[in-house]
Amino acid sequence: MTKAKTLYEKIWDAHVVDQRDDGTALIYIDRHLVHEVTSPQAFEGLRKAGRKVRRPDLTLAVPDHNLPTTPRIDANGNKIPIADPQSAAQLEALEANAPAFGIKYIGASDAEQGIVHVIGPEQGFTLPGTTLVCGDSHTAAHGALGALAFGIGTSEVEHVLATQTLQLSRSKSMEIRVEGLLGPGISPKDLILHIIGVIGTAGGTGHVIEYRGEVFEQMSIEGRLTVSNMSIEAGARAGLIAPDEKTFAYLKGRPMAPKGADWDAAVDYWKTLPTDDGAQFDKSVTINAADVAPTVTWGTSPEDVVPVTGHVPAPESFADPSKQDAARKSLDYMGLSAGQAMGDVAVENIFIGSCTNSRIEDLRAAAQVLDGHKKADGVKWAIVVPGSGLVKAQAEAEGLDKIFTASGFEWREPGCSACLGMNPDKVPPGERCASTSNRNFVGRQGPGARTHLMSPAMAAAAAVTGKLTDVRELIG
Amino acid sequence: MKPVRKVEGRAIPFGQKNVDTDVIISAEWLKTISRDGLGKGAFESVRAKEGNVFDDPEYAGASVLIAGDNFGCGSSREHAAWALDDMGIKAIIAPSFSDIFSSNAFKNGLLSIALPQEAIDRLMEVAKTDPITIDMESMSVTTPFQDRFTFEMDPFRQQCLMDGLDEIDLTMAKSDAIEAHENRVDSAQAWHKPVAA
Repeated sequence: MTKAKTLYEKIWDAHVVDQRDDGTALIYIDRHLVHEVTSPQAFEGLRKAGRKVRRPDLTLAVPDHNLPTTPRIDANGNKIPIADPQSAAQLEALEANAPAFGIKYIGASDAEQGIVHVIGPEQGFTLPGTTLVCGDSHTAAHGALGALAFGIGTSEVEHVLATQTLQLSRSKSMEIRVEGLLGPGISPKDLILHIIGVIGTAGGTGHVIEYRGEVFEQMSIEGRLTVSNMSIEAGARAGLIAPDEKTFAYLKGRPMAPKGADWDAAVDYWKTLPTDDGAQFDKSVTINAADVAPTVTWGTSPEDVVPVTGHVPAPESFADPSKQDAARKSLDYMGLSAGQAMGDVAVENIFIGSCTNSRIEDLRAAAQVLDGHKKADGVKWAIVVPGSGLVKAQAEAEGLDKIFTASGFEWREPGCSACLGMNPDKVPPGERCASTSNRNFVGRQGPGARTHLMSPAMAAAAAVTGKLTDVRELIG
Repeated sequence: MKPVRKVEGRAIPFGQKNVDTDVIISAEWLKTISRDGLGKGAFESVRAKEGNVFDDPEYAGASVLIAGDNFGCGSSREHAAWALDDMGIKAIIAPSFSDIFSSNAFKNGLLSIALPQEAIDRLMEVAKTDPITIDMESMSVTTPFQDRFTFEMDPFRQQCLMDGLDEIDLTMAKSDAIEAHENRVDSAQAWHKPVAA
């Protein structure tokens, strides 16, 4: 009998090109997503060394980080140039590099353009059992489909372009087992924020996390993408969820997914991937789903979470002295005081978007809360940034854009937007933002900006009341 | 890549835990299409404060940075490693590093050295007045006061750093094995290639 293996071990073993005695291996990369920010120096490196891209057919390029989310085509059908010369230069570099190296390119004003981690699954480029990389840490998202997917730096981008491989050491495996199901009004975002709060931002370092339990079996693919996306916020390079009938149904018929007899063969193979009974994980953590409340962050690290019904913690409440110090600095930056009720915290900005929460189900969840309401007077700026052009079109077909604009939101073009303050969408210094993104780091949404991470429904609830709000009170 | 066998010099006793990549270099600086010149953007939010350790003349020209647990967490931006390199840092010593950061540092010949917190505490103290030395051959960090801390690193990385090897060249020498893998997948899993849309 063969050894019982985890999903991670099965994918790893199927991609070893060359095993070294020291335990590291050359691993084949099946899919490579390229965007404008972390690729220019890699293409420049190839050019200097006279190298070509080994497998342009396994590579897909799309701009997302820098693009303004204001209209990209004017009334006469002409492209509107990017005002910021540096952002424009990065976009131009990708526009030139992709065709020069024979890579398929989705342009800034194409219907399919969007955030790399939204379009990979949407196009069927991401498949179970494959290895997928991108010069972006939220590549972990694609693990939702059972792909071993992780973020890489620019030197590794260059290495993959040139060789279609990476020299890696095997990670440890970590099981996060969730017992039970989520309560009404509790979303996958609340679950992953809660998990990060339990294991901490370094809890998964050196590990690949596999999320297991009935809650994930019942969760939609889009919900799974939200969970796996934030694996990196727990320090793990990758997250994984076993592919199942939901995965296959999601992928079937997508433009770049296999067709006909190839599809049947692929599904047969994918069914062999889930972790075998009796397989061992290096580490295992159990989470009780009943403990998960609508969750928000209070500090400047994604582990700084609290139920929205809770209070800002006192720095002294942490056992670790350096965490106490970090908490003091966080509260100072966030303008909060210990003991303050989270439900009393007023917000001036709302951002619904990012690779974590910009898919159609996210927009539906937010629109459901907003329907028939106006944003509160105190909310100065509220934007919805769909994850891709196709998500945007779908939302418009369902009339969601009308709900958002009627409640005072701006309806934008797809991109990374206010998640990371690289394009014009920024939160002003000292102001708060209820944000569906993934990082609440100091200055992440703009210098001095104060970020509270939460789910799309919770961000919509905050827009309605003008303060952090338990969404269950609005939809109850 | 230039070979790195020894790093000697003053160390900046920063000490902070969970230093994220946005702190090392904020997104505004990622718009460059070059690897150079990012040092002036490094630790911008920290340096905005009076009396910060980075602008203390005592540590001018330092080649080592000492930090707390989980250094470089957050994004995959290699700009963080480029920025540290551009500010003259050759090695970072911390109890632990994020996986992506330590890989990015390695690719740029920047040492990420993990030592236990007790060693970090001692080095933070020494750094205030004296230089420290990192030796890649003996895998040790030493001080003028006879302190000696040994560290671990995977042998492949150690060899690449000490010999300044280009990893892409090393991998390209294995192109037969890569091609064999591709042929195997092509014949056994025809569904594997993305359908050209």
